[in-house]
Amino acid sequence: MLNIFCPHCGEQRSEEEFHTAGQAHIPRPLDPSTCTDEEWGEYLFFRDNPRGLHHELWIHAAGCRQYFNVTRDTLSYEIFETYKIGEKPSVTAKAKSAPLTSRTAGAKA
Amino acid sequence: MSTVNVYKQRPDAAHAESPLFHAGLHELAGKGKSTAGVVLREKKLLGHLTLRGDGHDAAFAGAVHKITGLELPGALGLVVKGETSLQWLGPDEWLLIVPGGTEFAIEQKLREALVGQHYQAVNVSGGQTIVELSGPKVRELLMKSTSYDVHPRNFPVGKAVGTVFAKSQLVIRHTGEDTWELVVRRSFADYIWLWLQDASAEYGLAIEA
Repeated sequence: MLNIFCPHCGEQRSEEEFHTAGQAHIPRPLDPSTCTDEEWGEYLFFRDNPRGLHHELWIHAAGCRQYFNVTRDTLSYEIFETYKIGEKPSVTAKAKSAPLTSRTAGAKA
Repeated sequence: MSTVNVYKQRPDAAHAESPLFHAGLHELAGKGKSTAGVVLREKKLLGHLTLRGDGHDAAFAGAVHKITGLELPGALGLVVKGETSLQWLGPDEWLLIVPGGTEFAIEQKLREALVGQHYQAVNVSGGQTIVELSGPKVRELLMKSTSYDVHPRNFPVGKAVGTVFAKSQLVIRHTGEDTWELVVRRSFADYIWLWLQDASAEYGLAIEA
């Protein structure tokens, strides 16, 4: 059972209160009518399926019923951070190595 | 006034039935053991209003305070004054519970006070009910019903959380040392009522009218 921090409720809640809603940070094309079929198809149907760090949209379905973003590892299920919609993730693939090694080391110790 | 039509959902002449009407709680009252560990009482037919708006906006918070006499609570907060209570449901959503029969007038007053603002007020009285549980064994009953930590250290009086309960979902409110309230949706009320009877069997269950 995972414990997930809800950024709206401000505390850890059990996984069963949440649902996942797929990949986060997918901007809708500003002018859909000028999109090519390929661009629109990419927006609608194609999603990343990374091995490792991933930004996802989750909803606190049984609690405050708000969507928020989760940065997590698809391999280890470790959740690095949760943040509100509209905020930028502080843990990204590029910045991952430096802060995370210390955090995982701390968790194991 | 806004152009929204406000309906009196429970006309005075009409016969209203709470979500637990079929359970016949008034007939069960007083039949349980006097030493029961759990005492159940339905606070039926109260006025429930959901309010949505920007809590950081002084105009919105001020108008709600003017009408209800209560400050908008922050995350997981519950404030009670007499029979009126105001509870945080989400970052822009609150549940206002008022004595039954006054919800129509209060909704209209709120709409008058909030005119011109970006807000929502919906009368949901018919959609849910409150089950009050009291007694020394209520916390143990909750512990086997929900995964949420109901220890007073984590769940003090004046806190209210929406969480999973049995195989359903509801809002748990801690209103007194040994007193808890469950905000139950109408369609789940029968299931929750059956669950509570089963779960409280080992402690003894008494019903209050």
